Amino acid sequence: MKRHSKAFWPLLIAALVFYAIVQGLIMTDMLGAYHTNTLIFIAINIILAVSLHLVIGITGQFSIGHAGFMAVGAYLSAIVTMKFDLPFVVAIIVGGLVAALAGLIVGIPSLRLRGDYLAIATLGFAEIIRIIFLNIDYVGGAAGMQVSKMTDWTYTFFFMLITILVIVNFTRSRHGIAALSIREDEIASDAMGINTTYYKVVAFVIGAFFAGVAGALFSHNFYIVLPSQFGFLKSVDILILVVLGGLGSLSGAIISAIFLTLVSTFLQDYPETRMIIYSLVLIIVMLYRPQGLMGTKEITDYFRGWTSKGGKDNGKDTIT
Amino acid sequence: MTMLAVKDIDVYYGNIQALKGVTVTVEEGEIVTLIGANGAGKSTLLKTLSGLLKPKSGSIEFLGNSIAGKPAQGIVKSGISHVPEGRRVFANLTVEENLELGAFLRKDKKGIEADMKKVYDTFPRLLERRKQMSGTLSGGEQQMLAMGRAIMAKPKLLLLDEPSMGLAPLMVKTIFEVVKDINEQGTTILLVEQNANMALSVASRGYVIETGKVVLSGSADELQSSEEVRKAYLGGH
Repeated sequence: MKRHSKAFWPLLIAALVFYAIVQGLIMTDMLGAYHTNTLIFIAINIILAVSLHLVIGITGQFSIGHAGFMAVGAYLSAIVTMKFDLPFVVAIIVGGLVAALAGLIVGIPSLRLRGDYLAIATLGFAEIIRIIFLNIDYVGGAAGMQVSKMTDWTYTFFFMLITILVIVNFTRSRHGIAALSIREDEIASDAMGINTTYYKVVAFVIGAFFAGVAGALFSHNFYIVLPSQFGFLKSVDILILVVLGGLGSLSGAIISAIFLTLVSTFLQDYPETRMIIYSLVLIIVMLYRPQGLMGTKEITDYFRGWTSKGGKDNGKDTIT
Repeated sequence: MTMLAVKDIDVYYGNIQALKGVTVTVEEGEIVTLIGANGAGKSTLLKTLSGLLKPKSGSIEFLGNSIAGKPAQGIVKSGISHVPEGRRVFANLTVEENLELGAFLRKDKKGIEADMKKVYDTFPRLLERRKQMSGTLSGGEQQMLAMGRAIMAKPKLLLLDEPSMGLAPLMVKTIFEVVKDINEQGTTILLVEQNANMALSVASRGYVIETGKVVLSGSADELQSSEEVRKAYLGGH
């Protein structure tokens, strides 16, 4: 059931070339700190969007507590680097693993719920996580925790690449198609003998892991980590990335992460009207593309149209 | 040989009792039909057999093993495959992916390929449309796909829930011919239908269910000629 995409290697090489060019520009100081930071932001948002895409877009579980898992990753990684003086890579992985564990603990009871109920439950869990950090003095409580800046373009880029590769591979595997069938029709999926609870939890845990990774990169990009950075609005921001990109489209999630990060970065010069314009952009996109920027299509679906001459078929072979 | 023995099962939706002491048996190689009005409990019985619902009391034996209350994936593995009511194909997946999902629990690649070919032989329309999103198929084609998907699990017992629902008369005829074909190739079938006439014409035996109870059972001929059944379900005089 493994579906290969012809575009896989060209895209991977293009990504690595892009990385090398940017890294070159950073090293020769041609790309300033401001622009580098924007790129880092985009990459972190891509990790968040792609990991939530797995939960909502592929498995169809409407979770709106992604910022909670991000908070776990942010705090745990900060503890690892600041209190235990361990390397940043270790911190990122620990952050991801503990977030995955949190995902497992939250997922097992709440994934029995469906639709709106699941949304409310995940929202509640995210708030609980935030409030727990708010009340732990060890991590500074409401005043937050001091963190050194360790996130750079290389770390962010490669963790972003790993996130995308893992989730693309999962989606194309036997497990991915099981997850897709849950999104399509959970009862039919049950009747096929697919262990729907298991696949929902697996998707949720993988999603939480990468949210934790993103949290680790996020917290080490500033000098401080605060509970208020991971409130409900952060979860909504991530949700918007996925919905705007098109539910079920990985490339859509990536494109909208790039697009919205750029929009909000450029709008920082106009603080008075920033939120108004940002909201207007969202409204306009939703009015004209209610199915999201990409719908359920992937960017490689368009590639295929060019490469296979005359090979017109209505189906999609590839998920990416 | 008795393939399926359902004895005295009670099934509840919360506090509401949907099945009251239902007893049904299916012999190997048969087509058995369950007929009855809306809400009688026919679909509930099928859902209980395939593990989507759990009986509160009573026993279900399939090939001599108890399957009451087992999870759905275990039941599919043991050889019962369910075509749920309303077809429920995976709309945003292709025809072929739907069929692959039907064989999800199987590991024998060659067998899966052979069965896929068999499904395409039975339903040439599906072969034509195998790369198409199944949501774009017509109702009849979706029913074919749902049945094909269930066959992909290589069941010993196939549970069919209202295969004629919402289909044009001609399509209903085709579907019932296929039901007969599948049975002749060695699959035992338990068929739920509102179209009692059609169902009794292919079945060897039948049960009539009313408000959660079996009120009548017998051979298809007996039921077809029974005054009660004719009045209530066949629209005869």
